Amino acid sequence: MAETEKNKVIKPIKNFAMQEYISSGHRACQGCAEVLAVRHVLKAIGPDMILAMATGCMEIISSPYPLTSWNIPWIHVAFENAAAVASGVESGLKALRRKGRVPDRDVTIVAMGGDGGTTDIGFQALSGMMERGHRVIYVCVDNEAYMNTGIQRSSSTPFGATTTTSPAGRVKPAGEMTWKKDMVAIAAAHGIPYAATACPTFFTDLQKKIQKAKEVDGPSYIHILSVCPTGWRIPPNKAIEYGQLAVDTGVFPLYEVEKGVWKLNRKPKELKPISEYFKGQGRYRHLDEKFTSEIQDKITEKWNKLVKFCE
Amino acid sequence: MGRKVGVEVSIAAADAVGLCDVDVVAAYPITPQTHVVEHLSELCASGSLDAEFVPVESEHSAMSVCCGSAAAGARTFTATSSQGLALMAEIVFIASSMRLPIVMFLANRALSSPLSIWNDHSDTMMVRDSGWIQVFCENGQEVYDAVFHAFRVAEDARVSLPVMINVDGFNLTHVIEPIEFWTKEMTQKYLPEFKPIHRLHPDKVVTMGAFGMPEIYTEAKMAQNDALLKSFPVIKQGWDELADLTGRKYSPVETYRTEDAETIILGMGSICETASLAVDQMRERGKKAGLVKLRLWRPLPVDDIKKAIARAKDVLVLDRAVSFGAANAPVTSEIRAIMYHESNRPNIHNVIAGLGGRDVTPDHVIEMLEMALADKTHGYNIFGVRS
Amino acid sequence: MTKPMDQISWREIDTGAVITEPGNASCYHTGTWRSQRPKYDSNICIRCWRCFVMCPDAAISPDFDKNVFSWNYDYCKGCGICAHECPVEAITMEED
Repeated sequence: MAETEKNKVIKPIKNFAMQEYISSGHRACQGCAEVLAVRHVLKAIGPDMILAMATGCMEIISSPYPLTSWNIPWIHVAFENAAAVASGVESGLKALRRKGRVPDRDVTIVAMGGDGGTTDIGFQALSGMMERGHRVIYVCVDNEAYMNTGIQRSSSTPFGATTTTSPAGRVKPAGEMTWKKDMVAIAAAHGIPYAATACPTFFTDLQKKIQKAKEVDGPSYIHILSVCPTGWRIPPNKAIEYGQLAVDTGVFPLYEVEKGVWKLNRKPKELKPISEYFKGQGRYRHLDEKFTSEIQDKITEKWNKLVKFCE
Repeated sequence: MGRKVGVEVSIAAADAVGLCDVDVVAAYPITPQTHVVEHLSELCASGSLDAEFVPVESEHSAMSVCCGSAAAGARTFTATSSQGLALMAEIVFIASSMRLPIVMFLANRALSSPLSIWNDHSDTMMVRDSGWIQVFCENGQEVYDAVFHAFRVAEDARVSLPVMINVDGFNLTHVIEPIEFWTKEMTQKYLPEFKPIHRLHPDKVVTMGAFGMPEIYTEAKMAQNDALLKSFPVIKQGWDELADLTGRKYSPVETYRTEDAETIILGMGSICETASLAVDQMRERGKKAGLVKLRLWRPLPVDDIKKAIARAKDVLVLDRAVSFGAANAPVTSEIRAIMYHESNRPNIHNVIAGLGGRDVTPDHVIEMLEMALADKTHGYNIFGVRS
Repeated sequence: MTKPMDQISWREIDTGAVITEPGNASCYHTGTWRSQRPKYDSNICIRCWRCFVMCPDAAISPDFDKNVFSWNYDYCKGCGICAHECPVEAITMEED
């Protein structure tokens, strides 16, 4: 009995900051795992940071003038340029610090965008930022479609998902008929020191990866799967569970590329069938067995390739 | 006082930026802007300028980097032209709305298509409503001096707005002119350290670039317009103090032989030098001609323009851009609007000339004047079109 | 305290519409969105922090003195993540 009581005392949580850098009162949908991802990322970095954010859900839910949810310095300029704005902040502070016009201490510069702002319209600015070697952590919070404008497909929308611009129909029975852009591979191909995937469901992994990114001398890219109950048509209470399923089915593997070395961070003994992940998601409701099995084959193939790469 | 040497205008402008101890330069190459940023990158590479040179992958990113840099409180410069300005236009509007004091050297060039690398004002007119301070230059010395003035005005806490220095592509950017250089001491005396009103830094947390609901957007735009209008006395003060330092006096509107002029030519940029020769020739022929040079395009010096042209019988406005489908070309539109309520207003004639690098000579200007005076319709004239 | 947006005059807008009061959106109470409310049983709770970690609204906090987790109903939108993720079913959702 005494043993049980002792176990039930709240002990301080390890490697997870108590301070909130995005305050309550933000207007994200119920069960939004994207704002949760943002909450986690900021905690991993701490107060000495500046965040440049792309237009999108996270910008809109956090900054209706004269209100702000941000407890850290934050700038939003436009949709496609978070990486470039962050490059500018980094360059400006670098010069000012060298000239003794701002305090001489490290400030982590973070750029953040959704999948649209990263894989589509902000792709070029991101590539430029990585190629030029700015010391910026770029975080893509990927909810796999343009949710802010009403669930339109992006190049990060997975094969088989319906969105408002990739509806399933006679001509396009799967809905979205192309495969998700492989952003981490593209980022890694820039030769940057650190790139990784993450998901707030696996919060310890996410904290570690952001902290790694913070330490590297150069650009880093973190691609975070951010479950969107509204866009995926799932109940809001299941946002964390679907993150787990995405990883456990191999749909969204957790891995990192550190100085060119690929490493799987979570390797289930056996992958769960993707049907478990698709089940209950409104965006996959239309898929028949033929498509599901086709997608399963492709996911398995991609997984095996990744495992080989990480050996 | 500094030394006077013959130098290409673009190089001189870059040297001026260097003297201003700029912190960040972000630019993408485009003809005829390239010499400016090439020279700046040389200054950075050699160590004679301690700045971050950010060779971005597009003009859109150039202006975006500038926004981030200026928001961090760094002295920020970019240069572009034509299509480059068009690509960055989205962020050009945001830079002024966010009150970020960026200085831009704009090598004025025609917009495509057909593709033209040569000079006119269609690029700058595209962003005339962007909320930037827009200054025009007639010669190399003016361009050089304008750089110091631009930083000073932009960064003044009473202004905190971006400034665009308009420099006619090739006609001005690529010519070698005698320029009197400033010294470091003069620069330091004229241009104080940039102390931003707000700065992105963890020591004082701010949110920049919030979104505006319909309840607040109108107020935000009113505040922005008010800031641009209120920059006017600061711009003038900047020129007055520049005169004290250099002996060169600049004004929002400058006049040449207009005291008794019946006919006035009004223009902006390097075409004014050509027009002044035309005025001289007309004077020799006994015609009472004069020239009004509009240096400041935004904020528009309404009262100064009125005063400068009120007593003329005819005013010929030389526009360097087409406003397709409009009643007038851009500058003419403004001049006609300004004079509309005046009881004794001159006839205002509209001629568009020098599109896409088409040469304009003093003889052409005289011809345009004759053409305009004969034109009873006061319509939309494009000079020199082959029919 | 920040004025409501429809009462701010143009003269009151800071340069570039910069907001100088960090986190002032906390005056906006998203708890009004809620239709279901989490009910917490401290007897069942194993103090694992999962609810705290997974709350998108940062509406859950530990009370070390009382040795319980507490919900801030000014912000809790009633998404039910805490209840769904609780490994021991110490949290249940009920009509609000």
